[in-house]
Amino acid sequence: MNRFERVQISEQSPEVRSHNFEEVCLGYTEEEAVAEAKRCLQCKNPQCVTKCPVSINIPEFIHEIAEGNFGKAAKILAKYTALPAVCGRVCPQEVQCESKCVLGNKGDAVAIGKLERFAADWGRDHDVEVAEAKESNGHKVAVIGSGPAGITCAGDLAKEGYDVTIYEALHKPGGVLVYGIPEFRLPKDTVVKHEIRNLKKLGVKIKTNVIVGRTVTIDDLFDKGKYDAVFVGSGAGLPKFMGIPGENYNGVFSANEFLTRNNLMKAYEDGYDTPIKVGSKVAVVGGGNVAMDAARTAKRLGAEVWIVYRRSEEELPARVEEVHHAKEEGINFELLTNPTEIIGDEKGWVKGIKCVRMELGEPDKSGRRRPIPVKGSEFEFDVDTVIMALGTSPNPLIPSTTEGLEVDKKKCLVADEQGQTSKEGVFAGGDAVTGAATVILAMGAGKEAAAAIDKYING
Amino acid sequence: MYKIVKKENLSTNIFSMDVLAPLVAQSAQPGQFVIVIADEKGERVPLTICDYDKEKGTVTIVAQSIGCSTKKMAQFNEGEYFHDFVGPLGQPSEYVNEDINELKKKKVLFVAGGVGTAPVYPQARWFHEKGIDVDVIIGAKTKDLIILEDKMRKVAGNLYIATDDGSYGFKGMIPSLIEDLVVNQGKKYDLIVCIGPMIMMKFVCIMTKKLGIKTIVSMNPIMVDGTGMCGACRITVGDETKFACVDGPEFDGHLVDFDEALRRQAQYKNEEAEKNGEHVCTCHKGGAN
Repeated sequence: MNRFERVQISEQSPEVRSHNFEEVCLGYTEEEAVAEAKRCLQCKNPQCVTKCPVSINIPEFIHEIAEGNFGKAAKILAKYTALPAVCGRVCPQEVQCESKCVLGNKGDAVAIGKLERFAADWGRDHDVEVAEAKESNGHKVAVIGSGPAGITCAGDLAKEGYDVTIYEALHKPGGVLVYGIPEFRLPKDTVVKHEIRNLKKLGVKIKTNVIVGRTVTIDDLFDKGKYDAVFVGSGAGLPKFMGIPGENYNGVFSANEFLTRNNLMKAYEDGYDTPIKVGSKVAVVGGGNVAMDAARTAKRLGAEVWIVYRRSEEELPARVEEVHHAKEEGINFELLTNPTEIIGDEKGWVKGIKCVRMELGEPDKSGRRRPIPVKGSEFEFDVDTVIMALGTSPNPLIPSTTEGLEVDKKKCLVADEQGQTSKEGVFAGGDAVTGAATVILAMGAGKEAAAAIDKYING
Repeated sequence: MYKIVKKENLSTNIFSMDVLAPLVAQSAQPGQFVIVIADEKGERVPLTICDYDKEKGTVTIVAQSIGCSTKKMAQFNEGEYFHDFVGPLGQPSEYVNEDINELKKKKVLFVAGGVGTAPVYPQARWFHEKGIDVDVIIGAKTKDLIILEDKMRKVAGNLYIATDDGSYGFKGMIPSLIEDLVVNQGKKYDLIVCIGPMIMMKFVCIMTKKLGIKTIVSMNPIMVDGTGMCGACRITVGDETKFACVDGPEFDGHLVDFDEALRRQAQYKNEEAEKNGEHVCTCHKGGAN
């Protein structure tokens, strides 16, 4: 075995998978996992851990896999994360743990994510009991939102003996894990459901169909629910539109709507009542993971798909792996291209999109080169569906119904590193604070906040 | 799971249900709506809150069984459960926060189209209980589709009925009746609140604009989550795009782009017909309204 070469993982072939919603990556077998785990050098001073927002003891769980102790590896993971099977699948490891793996200097970094996923999946398939909570300490905490931030915060507090209740606005818990990320990247009935079940085993109660700010307010939770503290992990679910002409024509959707219909409401499956609309030619505007998810979903529903992105391939914010998968599945890329208008037919349905070519100028504040329209380069192409995947911002409902809860210019909740907001007893983290980011960063914030809440209540 | 504690048939295909949902009942205000999911495979259907009882913890919804989901819901009986019931959603009616003495000076006309009569009833009652007599128009295609007439008569100052076919009351469309009241009978109104099918609200607004009477409409576009996270319900009001689920559902009817809204409402017609075996479903037209 070559220590510098990663053990290959099997995937569904692009021709097959572009017609189904089954998971693309099939995961390591036991033999493959052991072989990959044995590549880890077990560094004394492991740099991989420093780049993991929930500080998983990576060499420790990998060591157990190398020794064939898969259940033990699953238990180690559970100490640090409530969502190992999720993170192993959707974290951008290439810019986190795996970016600091020393093997990466000479060859392939250890496939930490794939090993994490392997151990978590193995634990699930073999009914490894991972939930262990301390005895009740008599304190109650409310968590708003059941996405990655809320799940992590709730899990950590429950382990410490808190009586935790999660309030979720939708009818299923999981946040972006159930409505946003498609089945082919993150299976719902196996992976997500199981990790939610683990949370319930810790004693966490989940109340779905409760919209904080409408059904109850944060003040109600303190007064009537008698909670000692509240964690707000309500995410950033408000879709952005471009503000160009024609955006309200029939056939223009936000990626959130398109993905929610498909993932949460299972519009792609027979027997479910929610309809979904996908034309024969679809333009997805944007270059992030959500754009890739929407494009690959549209492809699976039978459309020909173009990603329209205003910068070049190098700047695509989506994970390299996802861009690669999208290309394999036949998604077309119109890079350095920006829509200027959506064209409709006489009945108000989308029939095309007008775009302008872009070139890259000087780097802007974010450090990325600013796209500038090329004069006279306007062109049109025929599509019958446009999906806007331009990012999202936090929902103003909670701050607008909670006195003393400060927000910044971008409507994000203001909170310090530990998640403390401007209101006593109220903590926040994840996309509600940072604006749209990643699952793992939200989990890191949930973890920090859980520690801060513990300190706030128990001094 | 949310128990149906009472079911009543208001006409051949319009049913009313009291659903046990104490948290929703506790916070509900006039003008708001709920989202109902009938069973595990059901879709999220927005329905206007027609009444609520904070003590019993119930919320009343009324729907017309014309589409896939409303037909499914109509088959539920007392003692059975809806899978999900969430709310209250949207902004309460503007007048809820208005000064009562100011309101008393105003002459208000409620205009209810078909199943839209159900959400109008508690609003008319709200005024009646505060000692303000409002006029009400109930309109429907034909006599059989007029609902809640007796109840409405008890809370309305004047109640006018219009049927398209003339089988009961004024013969003709609602806008013609409004014109008749204002122009021929000399009625004066400071505010009109109109709830019903979108096409009816459009024509009412064309008429009331001509008559120069401020008109509030309760918009019923396609919705998915109902909390502002998808934009399926977006409509143009003035020059702005609004999400009906969070900014509305009530808007100044003279600023709403009805043609766009009507067009967007029909967006899933074919898919629905397919799912329903060729029968054209209209349950996405906001259900109760």
